[in-house]
Amino acid sequence: MADKILKKLYIKVWRQNNAQDKGRFETYEIENVSTGSSFLEMMDLLNNNLIEKGIDPIAFDHDCREGICGICSMFINGRPHGPDTAVTTCQLHMRKFNDGDTITVEPWRAAAFPVIKDLIVNRSAFDTILQAGGFISVNTGGVPDGNAIPISRDDAEEAMDAAACIGCGACVAACKNSSAMLFVAAKVSHLAKLPQGRIEAKARARNMVAKMDELGFGGCTNTGACEAECPKSISISHIARLNREYLVAKFAE
Amino acid sequence: MSKFLTASIGRKFLMSVTGLFLMLFIVVHLTVNLLLIFDDSGDLFNVAANFMATNPAVKIMEPILGLGFMIHIIWSFIISWENYKARPVKYNKQDLSNASSWSSRNMLILGALVLVFLIIHIYDFYWKIKITGSDLLPNVVINGEEMHNTYLLVSTHFKESLVFSLLYVLGGVLLGLHVVHGFWSSFQTLGINNKIWMSRLQWVARVYAILVAVGFSVIPLYFVIKF
Ligand code: HEM
Ligand code: SF4
Ligand code: FES
Repeated sequence: MADKILKKLYIKVWRQNNAQDKGRFETYEIENVSTGSSFLEMMDLLNNNLIEKGIDPIAFDHDCREGICGICSMFINGRPHGPDTAVTTCQLHMRKFNDGDTITVEPWRAAAFPVIKDLIVNRSAFDTILQAGGFISVNTGGVPDGNAIPISRDDAEEAMDAAACIGCGACVAACKNSSAMLFVAAKVSHLAKLPQGRIEAKARARNMVAKMDELGFGGCTNTGACEAECPKSISISHIARLNREYLVAKFAE
Repeated sequence: MSKFLTASIGRKFLMSVTGLFLMLFIVVHLTVNLLLIFDDSGDLFNVAANFMATNPAVKIMEPILGLGFMIHIIWSFIISWENYKARPVKYNKQDLSNASSWSSRNMLILGALVLVFLIIHIYDFYWKIKITGSDLLPNVVINGEEMHNTYLLVSTHFKESLVFSLLYVLGGVLLGLHVVHGFWSSFQTLGINNKIWMSRLQWVARVYAILVAVGFSVIPLYFVIKF
């Protein structure tokens, strides 16, 4: 597919100096964007223009630019990571847009993800949830032979599917309740399917859910928007497993 | 079990259990009501209604049903409020149309409309039958047993007013829309779901929702069209 040039785009973007600032939308024009460039490259171009004009460039998170780090959070035209499925913003191409479009770009919106500046939000709430139970405790010493612990192929696959979560927060951003259930489910699920994870399974489900609630994420109402918008297509069947793990753990208390 | 009923999944657990219970009640209620259109003399329905009004097992279930409704409704507002608070600054532009079903996003509104209908419905029938009485409720004797002629009350209402009948059609449709998401969602909440059962449960949910919506709608329509 030959790349075309989008002659003019209007970028309506959220500008907020810091966490205390009320924030506002600004609309900037950008010309001659190749449809082959990624959304982040377009943002780079825009920032170049802004710097030349003496305007503070738009702050946004980016790192790997290949869809694996999960940092590039942007809510584009009403959807996390924009108008494409199973991609992060860095993998979103400008061919998804038309010449003359106005593109609305907002940060993730959730009480648990406060804005730091412009499009950058603080996602350390996810780390706090992981610290509450998203690990297995191991003693130091010799590394055991991996093959000494038999794991069925199906379980290994299921655990790997869950482990594909990159912690981007799109699930929270998409959810009408700002619920972190898909993220927590992915983390609980990937350990729950492995023998090493079973040892602390009950405490893990209890503690991670309690932490998630405490940090101000909403509750799950099974709308499924998280799965639809997740760049790794994590299935909400993992949420069913989390519910199961949690209920069993709670009733055993 | 500390703080279970105020934790996010604990709250949802209550919604799910009460929701399942209400859906079971709906099956019984619809089955009895459908007798209205299978016997124009009204005897079949009157006998069933009398059984439901006098049977001790049903009598025990009545307050439990009331409690189920109360919990479901109160918790629905609690969880909706908590979930609303989780996003203090709303999006300028949000498009969930491809990502989630309309019903799933509007459960509170659908539920609240069902509640409005429920209040009208209770006033129309339950209230008159149990408390105030009505001119349309003479006693009849069927098979030697004396009972309310509930059939007369219900059928007259539907025959006499098209608006009233359409309100009942609307009630059925609203409930159908509520349970098309609620049905499979309640299994998901209890953890009784996986990749294979996901589409099966969603399919059964559609069948259940259509039965509820169509089942409750045909009753008033029958009286409107036939009489
Ligand atoms: C006979 C009437 C009703 C039935 C059969 C019913 C059934 C259900 C079911 C099965 C669920 C799913 C629970 C889950 O996801 O775990 C549900 C959820 C819900 N219901 Fe009802 N319900 C009824 C009436 C009401 C009423 C009167 C309200 C009140 C305002 C209401 C509000 C809600 C809300 C807000 C939810 C949660 C939404 C969600 O989690 O997606 N429902 N209902
Ligand atoms: S579950 Fe998906 S959307 Fe949520 S944080 Fe993980 S990768 Fe991102
Ligand atoms: S920058 Fe790493 S996933 Fe987009």
